[in-house]
Amino acid sequence: MKPSLSRRDFLKAGSALVVSFSLAPELALGQAKPAPLPGSLNNNRMLDAWLRVDADGSVTLFTGKIELGQGIGTALTQIAADELDVDLKRIKIVHGDTALTPNEGQTAGSQSVENSGTAVRFACAEARDILVNAAAAKLGVAASALAVNDGTCTAPGGKSIAYWDLVADADLKREARASVKPKPASEHKWVGKSVIRRDIPKKMTGGAAYVQDVRLPGMVFGRVVRPPSPGARLVSFDEAAVKRMPGVIAVVRDGDFLGLAAEREEQAIRARELLKKSAKWKESASLPPPGDALYEYLMTRAKAVESVVSEKTSATAAAPAKTLNATYTRPFQVHGSIGPSCAVAQWREGKLTVWTHSQGVFPLRGDLAQAFAVDPANVHCIHAEGAGCYGHNGADDVALDAALVARATGGHPVKLQWMRDDEFQWEPYGSAMAMKLSGGLDAQGNVVSWTHEVWSHPHNNRPGASGGVNLLASWHLAKPSKAPFPVDPPQPTGGGDRNSIPLYDFPNQKVVKHFLPEMPLRTSALRALGGYANVFALESFIDELALAAGADPVEFRLRHLKDPRGRAVIEAAAQRAGWQPNARGDGTHGRGFAFAKYKNLACYVAIVADVEVDRASGKVRVTRVVSAVDAGQIVNPDGVVNQIEGGIIQSASWTLLESVRYDRTRVTTRSWADYPIIHFGDVPQVEVVLLDRPEERFLGVGEGSQGPAAAAIANAIAHATGRRLRALPFTPERVKQALA
Amino acid sequence: MADFTLRVNGATRKISSVAPDTPLLYVLRNDLELNGPKFGCGLAQCGACTVLLDGKSVRSCSVPVSAAAKGAITTLEGLGTIEKLHPLQRAFIEEQACQCGYCSNGMIMAAKALLASNPRPSEGEIKQALNDHLCRCASHNRIVRAVQRAAKEMA
Repeated sequence: MKPSLSRRDFLKAGSALVVSFSLAPELALGQAKPAPLPGSLNNNRMLDAWLRVDADGSVTLFTGKIELGQGIGTALTQIAADELDVDLKRIKIVHGDTALTPNEGQTAGSQSVENSGTAVRFACAEARDILVNAAAAKLGVAASALAVNDGTCTAPGGKSIAYWDLVADADLKREARASVKPKPASEHKWVGKSVIRRDIPKKMTGGAAYVQDVRLPGMVFGRVVRPPSPGARLVSFDEAAVKRMPGVIAVVRDGDFLGLAAEREEQAIRARELLKKSAKWKESASLPPPGDALYEYLMTRAKAVESVVSEKTSATAAAPAKTLNATYTRPFQVHGSIGPSCAVAQWREGKLTVWTHSQGVFPLRGDLAQAFAVDPANVHCIHAEGAGCYGHNGADDVALDAALVARATGGHPVKLQWMRDDEFQWEPYGSAMAMKLSGGLDAQGNVVSWTHEVWSHPHNNRPGASGGVNLLASWHLAKPSKAPFPVDPPQPTGGGDRNSIPLYDFPNQKVVKHFLPEMPLRTSALRALGGYANVFALESFIDELALAAGADPVEFRLRHLKDPRGRAVIEAAAQRAGWQPNARGDGTHGRGFAFAKYKNLACYVAIVADVEVDRASGKVRVTRVVSAVDAGQIVNPDGVVNQIEGGIIQSASWTLLESVRYDRTRVTTRSWADYPIIHFGDVPQVEVVLLDRPEERFLGVGEGSQGPAAAAIANAIAHATGRRLRALPFTPERVKQALA
Repeated sequence: MADFTLRVNGATRKISSVAPDTPLLYVLRNDLELNGPKFGCGLAQCGACTVLLDGKSVRSCSVPVSAAAKGAITTLEGLGTIEKLHPLQRAFIEEQACQCGYCSNGMIMAAKALLASNPRPSEGEIKQALNDHLCRCASHNRIVRAVQRAAKEMA
C-alpha cells in the first residue's frame, strides 16, 4: 500500500469540480444557527466535502466513516450511484483522512449508514440537480426534458453531455440545502441489491488492503514493552544490552513507556524479548477480585454514580401477586482482533503522519496533538484498514506508540504492531457488568412492575473526549497526560444502561444505572456496549417471568409489546423457526427466544436459538439460530445478513466461552490458549429473515444481534434443562454446576 | 546471518543476510513484500500466517526461513490474481466469505491443502480442516460454503 497524496496533490491531479477544499461554510460571527441538514451533512455542510466529479469520468466520495469489514464503503457507493445516476464502477471512495474527508467523529454505534449514508444521499441528490441543470443550460433544453444514464444527460433530440464535461460549469463548492428530494425506493437500481463488496477481491488475492501492508521508503519496525501489570512502575532496564542487539536503531524510554525500533521486524521482536526480560518493575495489587467475587465488588464496593434512567408508575395497575428477583453477570471480555493493532508513523520537520486503523481519525488527531503538545494542523491521520475491531481496541493506542518510537528514529517511518500478548493485556475491555432485575406478575400472569439495576464501568473511553488524552502510552510518559474523566453516553442511546429500558409496556417500571467510573481494568466500547449484557438480562428475565406465569415465551412477549415493528420481527422469527408454543425441552435439547431493538433506536432483531447440552461434560452447542431483522430500508441485503450472522456467532462465542483472566495484580490472559473463542466445529447454522421496509429510514445493524443471541441461548439452555444460567459465560464447568 | 534461496510461488527469490531462525512470515512480508500471510499471534494458534510448504499447510510465523528454504513455498499470491482468480479465491468473493478478511489468507490456504488431498470434502471434513483457524468476525458458515463451491468448480 503506497501512501496517499495530500488533498492538495489529490486535487491537483486532475481538473475537478472541486476547486478547493471546504469543509464548513464561512459563518459570520453572530449569525444565527444554520438550518439543520440530514445525517452528517449537518456538521459537514459543503457539497464538495462529500463528492467530486472529475473530467476523467470518475466520481469520488469522501466519507469520515471508515471501512472495518462491515461493508460501509460499498453501501455508500450504492447510495451515491442511485442518487447521481452513475454506474457503481465510476465511484471511488476515500475514507477517514484528516486532510481529505469530512469529520464524522467515530465509526461506531451502527450509525454509518444512518449518518454518512443519509449525508451522501442528500449531497448526491443535490449534486445531480446542479449537474443536470448545468447540462440543460448547455444543451438549451429544460432540465426535466433530459434523460440521465450513467452520468450522460441526453436531450430529446439526441444531443448529450456528460457530468464530466461540466466540470467548469457546475459548482459544488456550496453549502448543501438538502432541498432536492432523494429518489423513492422504487427508482433505486443499486440500493436494495446484494452488491459484491468492493474491498473483498484484493483481500482474497494478497492485495495491499491493511495498515499492516503499508510500506514506505526507509521504513523500520517498532515494538513496545508494556508494564507487566496495570499498576506497575519501571525501576530499571538494560538499555545498553538492547542497543547491542542486531538491527536495533532506537530504544525509547519515557517514564514507564518502553519501545524500540529495529531495521527488521524479527529483530525488533527479538530485542523486545530482551528488553522485556531486562526490565524491572515495581508492581502493585490494583485489580478487583477475580472470579464471581468481582460482581459483589461491583455492586457493593466500587465507587458508583447513580442515576434513574427510566421511571414509570401507574395508579391503576394491580399489585403484584408474585414477585421474582434475579441477578445476571457478564465478565470482562476482549475485542480480540485476529490482527493485533498496528500503525505506521513518520515525523518530518515537526509534522507527524500516521497511518491508522482507528475508528475515528479526527479524534485521534486531536489526542495525538495533545500528547505531543503540537498544533493539530501538524498531525495528519490517514485511515488504513486493520483486522476487524468490533469497537475500541488498541488501534488508537498503537498509533501513539508508533509516533513515540518514530520520534527517536531521525525521520524513519516506523511500522509498529502489537504482539498478541500486548493486545490481550492492554486493549480496553468490554466492561464486566451486573444486572439485578425484579418483576411482579398480577393474578393473570401479566407483568405489572419491573425494575432493572445495572452496574457497569464506562463503555466509551475513546480519543476525542474533553479534559485529557485517551491514549494508553500518554499516561505512562514521564510527563503523563491526564485521562479524561469517563462519561457514560446518556440516553437515549446509553452506555452501561444501553437497552436497559424495556421496550415492553409495563405499567410500573424503574431502571437505575450505577456508573462505576474508576477502572482498575481499563474498559471502553465493545460491540453493542452495555446492550449485550442488558438484553441478555432483560430477555432472560422475561422468560423467567413467562415461566412463572405459565405462559409461552413468544406469546408472553407479544402480550406486552405494542410496537408493531417489534411484533413483526418476533412473529417472523417464530414462524421461520417453526416455534411450537409451550413445547418442552427434553433435558438435552432446547429452544430459546429473545428480542431487542438495538439502543431502542436502531434495528429490530428477534432470535430463536436451538441448543444441545451434553449433560456429562457440561458443554453447550448452539446448533441452529433463526433470526428476523427489520433494519428499515436495506442498502445491501447480503451485507446486512453478513453482519447479523457474524454478530450472532460472535455473541455465541462471548456467551459460551469468553472471559478475561486476571489476579489481583496482573491480567493473566496472554494468548488464544488462555482465551478460547468459537471454532468451526461449534458454529451454529444461521438463518436470517429480512423484513425490508424500503420507505423507512436506515437503521444500523452491526450491533443488533449480540444481546438477543445471548438471551436466546440462555433461554434455550433453561428450556432444555430446567436450569437457569445467569452468569456469563456458560462454560462447561458452570453448566455442570447448574445441572448438579 | 546467512543468505537463502527460496522458491516462492514458482519463482526463485534470493534473501540476503537474515538470521537462519527468522520466522518465514517476516521474510515473506517484508523482504518479498507479500501481503497474503498475516501476523496474527506469532504462536501458531490462529492460522492467519498460513502458507503451503511443499503443498502442506504450515504456520509461517513458526517455520524458520532455513527450514523453508528446503521446500517450495506457495502463498495466497501464488494461487491467483484479481484478473485470474483461483477457484477458491473466486468462491470466497462470490460467497462474500469474510468481513474484515484478515483471516481469509489462512482459510484459503488451508482449504487449498485440503482440496489437494480430498477434492470432495464433506461439510464436516471442511470444518475439521479449518478448526484450528480463528475467525473473529464469524464468517465461518460462509467460509465453509465457499470451500464447497470451489470444490464443486474444481471437480
